[in-house]
Amino acid sequence: MIASVPPGSSSAPSLNAAHNAGSDLLIGPFDQRWSPRLEALLARGRSAGADLVEVFLERTDHIGVLAEQDTITSVTPAFGMGAGIRVFRGHRDGFVSTNDLSEAGLELALSQALGMLGLEISGSLGSPFDGLPTLRDFGLEKAAWLERCPGIQEATQRLLEGTARLEQVGSHLQARRASYARDWQEVMVAASDGTFGRDVRLHQSVGLNVLAADGEHRAGVGRRYGTSDSPDDLRHWDAGHSAEEVCASAGTMLYADYVEAGQMPAVLANRFGGVIFHEACGHLLETTQVERGTTPFAEQVGQPIAHEAVTAIDEGLTGGAFGSLSMDDEGMEAQRTVLIENGVLKRFLSDRAGELRTGHARTGSGRRQSHTFAAASRMRNTFIAAGPHSPDELISSVDRGLYCKSMGGGSVGPTGQFNFAVEEAYLIENGQLTKPVKGATLIGEAKEVMPRISMCANDLELAAGFCGSVSGSIFVTVGQPHIKVDSITVGGR
Amino acid sequence: MGTTSTPQGLDAQALRSKLETIAASHGIRQWDLGAACSTDTSVQVDRGEPKQLKGAQRSSITVRVWNSDGLVGTTSTSDLSDSGLERALAGARDASAFGNRNETPAFSPLATAPLSPLEQPLHQGQGILKLLERLKAAEQDLLSRHSAIGTVPYNGLAERSSERIYLNSEGACRQQQLTTASIYLYARAEESGRKPRSAGAVRLAYGASDLDIAGCIDEAAERTISHLDYAPIETGRYTCVFSPEAFLDLIGAFSNLFNARAVLDGVSLSNRESLGESLAVPFLSIRDNGLHPGNIGASNFDGEGTPTGPLDLVEGGVLKNFLHSEATARAFGVKPTGHAGLGAKVSVGPDWFEIGATPGSQGGQAGLDRFRADQPLVWIDSLSALHAGVKASQGSFSLPFDGWLIQNGEPRSIEAATVAGDIRQVLNAIVGFEGEAKITPDGLCPLVWVEGLSITGEA
Repeated sequence: MIASVPPGSSSAPSLNAAHNAGSDLLIGPFDQRWSPRLEALLARGRSAGADLVEVFLERTDHIGVLAEQDTITSVTPAFGMGAGIRVFRGHRDGFVSTNDLSEAGLELALSQALGMLGLEISGSLGSPFDGLPTLRDFGLEKAAWLERCPGIQEATQRLLEGTARLEQVGSHLQARRASYARDWQEVMVAASDGTFGRDVRLHQSVGLNVLAADGEHRAGVGRRYGTSDSPDDLRHWDAGHSAEEVCASAGTMLYADYVEAGQMPAVLANRFGGVIFHEACGHLLETTQVERGTTPFAEQVGQPIAHEAVTAIDEGLTGGAFGSLSMDDEGMEAQRTVLIENGVLKRFLSDRAGELRTGHARTGSGRRQSHTFAAASRMRNTFIAAGPHSPDELISSVDRGLYCKSMGGGSVGPTGQFNFAVEEAYLIENGQLTKPVKGATLIGEAKEVMPRISMCANDLELAAGFCGSVSGSIFVTVGQPHIKVDSITVGGR
Repeated sequence: MGTTSTPQGLDAQALRSKLETIAASHGIRQWDLGAACSTDTSVQVDRGEPKQLKGAQRSSITVRVWNSDGLVGTTSTSDLSDSGLERALAGARDASAFGNRNETPAFSPLATAPLSPLEQPLHQGQGILKLLERLKAAEQDLLSRHSAIGTVPYNGLAERSSERIYLNSEGACRQQQLTTASIYLYARAEESGRKPRSAGAVRLAYGASDLDIAGCIDEAAERTISHLDYAPIETGRYTCVFSPEAFLDLIGAFSNLFNARAVLDGVSLSNRESLGESLAVPFLSIRDNGLHPGNIGASNFDGEGTPTGPLDLVEGGVLKNFLHSEATARAFGVKPTGHAGLGAKVSVGPDWFEIGATPGSQGGQAGLDRFRADQPLVWIDSLSALHAGVKASQGSFSLPFDGWLIQNGEPRSIEAATVAGDIRQVLNAIVGFEGEAKITPDGLCPLVWVEGLSITGEA
């Protein structure tokens, strides 16, 4: 049993926890050498009566760099390590995370996780655990990735190039920012069902933000570009193109009027427009939502839940995409999962707990921000498939509506009501784009809006993003071609 | 074995000794650090069954190093082994080569100033099984309040024991121990042929035994049930009555108005000349006061070791002060205010707001009562999606909300709607306050009446 530990208790959190590690295991990568220690842990957990024990080990290395105007104002390196131990018995589970990867530290965490389920480690019982197989190492070919990434010096130069390009192509810019983040993560997953895998992940993103101001007019515009598994990503970044895109948007939105509120048809652009499916429907197709009873689609596999124009996919396989991964955080290889096909619900995204509690088979979608979170069913690269139309056909089909060129963030609530912000929008009048408008928020309910996505264009593109939910903030991709929503509520003034 | 901890938790002196040794070996003369560690225990339940039981031991440290040119670098880590600390110091030293020559942080001149004492009783943890039983009982109670309440999909009961330290190479030493507990209950209710509705409540305390669980259940039930009978609202302009939680959320989202860091960076709605200018109606006061006894989990020093304390931001509608770190205070020629983080570029943020009428003012219209109004009112209970719908640098917002339309004294839940406006417009369109100020996790505030806001509905 774990107990909250007040100051003065003998097991208060220890600042030198990792001192106990004192082991060669912490030198070099996670590898087969860990097998005996992990097998001992898993065996103890099984002997104590757990149905399944899972150990997640993590090591991280992060660098963040910020340039403002023409100066580097922040360089923030960070590194860390830790473990998350999860124990299942029946439909229940206990999860404990720790920074202490020593043998004693991991045993303590295991005993605490077992204690949550009323189990205790017993030294004498035999173990119904057959041991771990040979490590399945997805990280072998990725060993040099970290060294191949740009160093701080190179990163600062590229960012300063970015802010300089903003100055060249923008006007009325009150603030210019460029930022870079490099997240390297090494993980190892071992479970008493024989899972034993290792992976290395690399995510890099670069962003440009400007604040344009002219008298009372203000427009803040930002773009972030991200990839996975591509050490040269920052070197390939086209700073000039990015600066032009950001400044063009800021210049347009600086003098835009506020959108007039109401119900209207909307055409959503490709790439980050896919946030509508992510928020309006994607989250509701995670078994986490089935478990909570917060998805209206729980009993609708095989039934139409969207317009027949809609086919939606979640996958972790697209090379270089932000949400791609070789194995998920439960050691399962990534898959391509068709969620909706021609409007009909086909599958849910499922993790280990989701499979246990809802019966939906795992899809390689168990994901977590770090070792401090238990994995949960989460999206990877999620998109609406391309359709037969050109983008112009969608726009010309609308008499009066809204064209949403650039989307901001969004969210979905426990009743399926979603919302997301529109960063750059234009009125559609008589099938033509007319004046720019700002301040729009789109709201609705998944069950109502999915049947209203009536046209999909042929220009599918993906965009990198971050998704925050039950297991923390993770790297994802959203995407879609241009789509038309026949009617949606546009909040504005 | 290292010597940076004792059975009582962090050992600041041992940590200092270790850092001094490592710094000396690397030729580092000036450094400071923030360290934190915590133990968390939390439970969630699902219709009488444990859903997830969770424990976490966390530790982290952020080190800053000044190099021989006076430039600053920083590194953070959760690896607190000797080798981890050494790597962190070396990493910070390396990063200092990229320090900002135009603005170099220094030690806070107040890092050794006396601290205000805090009344924060330390509680023994109840243990996970006790937490589980209490949460199961709370869930059952909430489910029994109305036949339409079918689940409590978002719930949790947690307790935490934590400790944090600030040290610097000139001898400053700040240390705080804290225990806290929290419960949240968000119910989902659905009546036949109607849309599901959801609402909830949160409570904080210094220990699980002090949590007002009954109050949390009552509030979650009352709010959820009040949204069962809903109707769409017509799009238009309305006088809105913000709940204390909603108004505090809105002010918090636009706190760059008061943030000296944002002012210097050119991304605030305020500028250096804004101090002394009118920002709001002449009876509005906004004070930041992290030491208010209602602020559960308050800290009496910030990331740079500066004491925290009350600071008038707006008085009589006039902008009086900005929130400062050491660096921004130096740039403005004032003292740090205790609102800093710790980093190469130090962030600045508010603690806990006190919002209400300026003492001595009329406080706007007197005797406001939303149930006796002679016009339809929109009562905004909670705002959503502030991360997406607030443009802090532009002043505009467009946010979904939960609330009620009150007509002839009768409130009816609004099906789905957004409220949109400009924060400066809001601050200058406050009609007055209703009722006593309420203590919330984010601050102290009464109901706030604001006229002329744009509401978009589905009617």
